[in-house]
Amino acid sequence: MLPDVLSPQMMSLLIEAIGETLHMVAVAGAIGTLIGLPLGVFLATSRSGELFASPFANKALGLVVNAARSTPFIILVVAIVPLTRLIAGTSIGTQAAIVPLTIAAAPFIARVIEGAIRGVDQGLIEAARAMGASPLQIVRKVLLPEALPAITLALTLTIVSLIGYSAMVGAVGGGGLGDLGIRFGYQRFMPDVMLTVVAVLIVLVQGVQSLGDFLARRFDKRARF
Amino acid sequence: MTFQPKTLLPDPATQGHPALIEMRGVEKTYPARSGNGAVTALHDITLGVPRGFILGVIGRSGAGKSTLIRLVNGLERPTSGQVIVDGVEISALGERALRNERRSIGMIFQHFNLLARRTAFDNIALPLEIAGVPSAEIKARVMPLLDLVGLGDKADRYPAELSGGQKQRVGIARALATNPKVLLSDEATSALDPETTEQILALLRRVNAELNITILLITHEMSVIKTIADRVAVIDGGRIVEEGPTFDLFTQPQHATTRSFIASITGSELPPHIARDLHAAPVGGGKALVRLTFTGGDATQPFLSVLTRKLAVDLGIIQGNVDYIAGQPYGTLVISVPGSGDQLATLTSAARELGLQTEVLGYVA
Repeated sequence: MLPDVLSPQMMSLLIEAIGETLHMVAVAGAIGTLIGLPLGVFLATSRSGELFASPFANKALGLVVNAARSTPFIILVVAIVPLTRLIAGTSIGTQAAIVPLTIAAAPFIARVIEGAIRGVDQGLIEAARAMGASPLQIVRKVLLPEALPAITLALTLTIVSLIGYSAMVGAVGGGGLGDLGIRFGYQRFMPDVMLTVVAVLIVLVQGVQSLGDFLARRFDKRARF
Repeated sequence: MTFQPKTLLPDPATQGHPALIEMRGVEKTYPARSGNGAVTALHDITLGVPRGFILGVIGRSGAGKSTLIRLVNGLERPTSGQVIVDGVEISALGERALRNERRSIGMIFQHFNLLARRTAFDNIALPLEIAGVPSAEIKARVMPLLDLVGLGDKADRYPAELSGGQKQRVGIARALATNPKVLLSDEATSALDPETTEQILALLRRVNAELNITILLITHEMSVIKTIADRVAVIDGGRIVEEGPTFDLFTQPQHATTRSFIASITGSELPPHIARDLHAAPVGGGKALVRLTFTGGDATQPFLSVLTRKLAVDLGIIQGNVDYIAGQPYGTLVISVPGSGDQLATLTSAARELGLQTEVLGYVA
């Protein structure tokens, strides 16, 4: 007899899975942001006539980002196994799963950050240039702070997507909620486990989205008065 | 505070009067883009703004005024010619030197361009942060600026909590933060209502008079020029078509573009139904229409009663307007005079004796 969803064993498996999911999403999100943020800033400021104008590099990076984003995640996971092994020392488990998650997250983050920064009024860049600001100062003091509400929403979107992606890394033994759902809910015919996993995922995504919305509103000082 | 225009006779360019901002033979051509040929925005611009003056550049949209003002702080580079500010050839500087030089050239904008996520205080602090000023000094510098622009109690407000006029005041304080010699005003009042415009122009005048900051402003509104500028340059099709002291330009416009700008605010055109019935030759038993123009001190004399008493004629008033241009009164009055050519001649000579300019516009039945 397999354990019931409410049994202590199942509960501890569930809690472990939640922990694994949070771990993977947090680490991949953090490293993905470290990589994606500068790339996004560059994408948003390097067309011709812009702060760091280098249209060729902009095009090239755009192509790489598009290529990475159009590769289905599950194929990416399998395709980069050698790289995963090189970085994580193994191609199986939660640590290993973080590698493809990060590689999927970085270009996604680059694009959403680019969008957020492009939303900053061009007049502010002109005003900062007129003050004698260098391109880096404009990024640090104008573009990033002014785009913060939009960046917050963009990163929220990224985290929600990562939670979805993390369910797929069960394919390489990554663990996490998706893995639990597949192994118990699907392969062992335990619909209550599947439902619980889905419910937990819904709560998680709702929580992340609400927090993101709340923070973005806090950061936004535009008319709401 | 009354506006005392600075007089400069006859012309700074010819008198070797030191110009703080100078453009010499400046041309700006934007290279051809897909589908469009090269566009020349400015042709052979030679212009000087004497130290301590307010020069207004007026032109319609697309005339090139926006490009012109951006040449002064190097936001745009001329294709040929020189732009010199306080002896430094802006157009020849490298990026780094140019950034330094921009700290002595403040700029304000039509849409204020304030950072939404910084308070009024922090917006004004931004140019100081960029210049690397320590935060203690920033505080000591920003508070007096807030007081100067009348927003001492609004330091912690975000731009969204301020009115348009207050936002522009923050913009002005921000532009003054680094103690500039020059203030560039890019349509700074075009997004404001007339009353707020007056207040902002009064503040700019104070900034000019008290801090001795030279102001170059661009606008499409003649009323702005009339209120604030010592000198005017009229730009049309990328060329300066006329330049001179504001009062002279209003009272003796030479170029058609200037005249049309002036007509838009002085109402010196005859109403159409009168203009239509105007005859070039005298009409028997009819009246002559005469335009009297009075300028400067003459404008306040009781010349109408003097004329009627002296000539014993009845004068009718068709149209009239008294305006203050660069602080000096300037009026036009169109009157109707009955009778023959003799009476008309007597009237015009008597008016000339009183220092009025006269012009017979025509005759009506």
